[in-house]
Amino acid sequence: MSLSELTKPWEAMSYGFLDASAKRELRRKMIKAVAVPGCQMPYASREVPMARGWGTGGLQVSLTLVNPETTVKVIDQGADDSVNAASIRRFIARVAGAPVTMDTLQADLIQSRHRIPEEILSEDQILVLQVPNPEPLRPVQPNMSIARQMHADADYGRMWLQLYEQIVRSGRVMQGASYPSLVHGRHIMTPSPIPRWDVPKLHMAKHLTILSAGREKRIYAVPPYTRVEPLVFSDVPYRVEDHGGLTCHRSGTKGFFMNEIPQDGGTSTYEVSDSEWGVKAIRQRDGEGVIKGETWYKNGEMAQ
Amino acid sequence: MTLALEAPRFVKTLPLLRVDHVSKTYGDVQALRDVSAYAYPGEVLGIVGESGSGKSTLLRMMNLEETPDQGSYSLNLPETEGNLFDLDRFARRMLCATKIGIVYQNPHLGLLMKHSSSGNVAERLLVAGERSFATLRAKATTALEASEFPLERLDAPPIELSGGMQQRVQLAKAIALEPALLLLDEPTTGLDVSVQALVLDTLKRLQQDRQITMVIVSHDLGVIRTLADRVMVMRRGQVVETGLADQIFQDPQHAYTQQLVHAKL
Repeated sequence: MSLSELTKPWEAMSYGFLDASAKRELRRKMIKAVAVPGCQMPYASREVPMARGWGTGGLQVSLTLVNPETTVKVIDQGADDSVNAASIRRFIARVAGAPVTMDTLQADLIQSRHRIPEEILSEDQILVLQVPNPEPLRPVQPNMSIARQMHADADYGRMWLQLYEQIVRSGRVMQGASYPSLVHGRHIMTPSPIPRWDVPKLHMAKHLTILSAGREKRIYAVPPYTRVEPLVFSDVPYRVEDHGGLTCHRSGTKGFFMNEIPQDGGTSTYEVSDSEWGVKAIRQRDGEGVIKGETWYKNGEMAQ
Repeated sequence: MTLALEAPRFVKTLPLLRVDHVSKTYGDVQALRDVSAYAYPGEVLGIVGESGSGKSTLLRMMNLEETPDQGSYSLNLPETEGNLFDLDRFARRMLCATKIGIVYQNPHLGLLMKHSSSGNVAERLLVAGERSFATLRAKATTALEASEFPLERLDAPPIELSGGMQQRVQLAKAIALEPALLLLDEPTTGLDVSVQALVLDTLKRLQQDRQITMVIVSHDLGVIRTLADRVMVMRRGQVVETGLADQIFQDPQHAYTQQLVHAKL
């Protein structure tokens, strides 16, 4: 028996870039995170060939979950074709040999930066969100030790103070993205900086959402069919962005979350933020046969 | 010689607050040595003493911020039983938020300086579970009004306010939930004399209107004389003399109290 028989042949890197121990760490912490919805689990965040703050947390989760049969979709602020999304998608495909797609319906694993696709995700899809600041209590409690104690005690009164201040100062809740939400009636999480528009999509969703912050080394999850309730006062209802009446100037779709594009004259036009949804609409207009999924919002209203 | 003053026979009610045989050491320093205190409902207990006499430590214990080495503490209120030092963190916080109000000497300890004044008061209500914006706003306004805070500055952050105004915000926060017990830790120290008089006026009016039990800690005999019904003199972690306010000021028995009263005059 020689040494070469006992060892594996040399490879440039492990499958899916991360080594086995890193994947095991991620898997264990993901299971913990799913077991306690919304609770932040610390994990040993590894180095990936990308700068911290560019989605390393999400990438580690994706690399752990991916296999050669997983179809991967990567979104950056709704767009599949931005540099960041394209690089991450290409990287995952290269190290894992996984097929890639831009179509939400065909994807098994969706890594996203700050948006949830407009088409409803199904039970067998996993959404991975990149999170820059996982701690919802940071604006009201700078001391992280005390913040953890507050989470343990469900001492969340001060989160409403933040909303109170915004209403007093501006007449309405100004919190645009990462709107604090109560998960499963127990933990408050910051749903990564997704717009208010996207938060109701997480409520009782069919898919699993994993939120991972690589720099802050925290992972948390919203399992399928879990309550996600944005914090509100009993007499001030939750309001999403007023995008229901806007029309995309390229695809002509209406009633979805839009990106504002300022024009020379001081006006602005709008473009649907979920780029693939816009592409589908244009293809359909041009007579191509495309399959459009059910959407969460219909005519600018969240379907209940 | 027993120093604790026995309750007069005609007093039928039990003391609202009872601290029994409390001792506390910080390293080599004995901050409190077998201190007992009580206060009847609606009564104002004044605690005087020099710096380092343990009076603030005692007050912090009454607010359940600190646990003594020995001793017990009870409040005679519905739903609060037994030694309060045995409560867990969660029960302590709930009790402090709903039953006890505190005003610190340093407003930075009691207030969120960059949030609005009304928000500071609203925080108390939020901790207690109020979730209606209109109610929060109304109750915060009422509490600030009761502590004679100018309502046109309702939403100014405390950092922009004067010292006297900051103390009023603290007071409003303390009384927002109509606590049974109000603790005042040197509430007027650091304010100039005229502002001090105004704050004392407010406190006195509140006491008369609401019959709150108060414990006021001060090294300023004038403040104690204005407010307190009964006085406890502390020195080096021990109670050296207790008695009715007039008694203590007119006829001090202990050498240290005599010194203190004379120093004032």
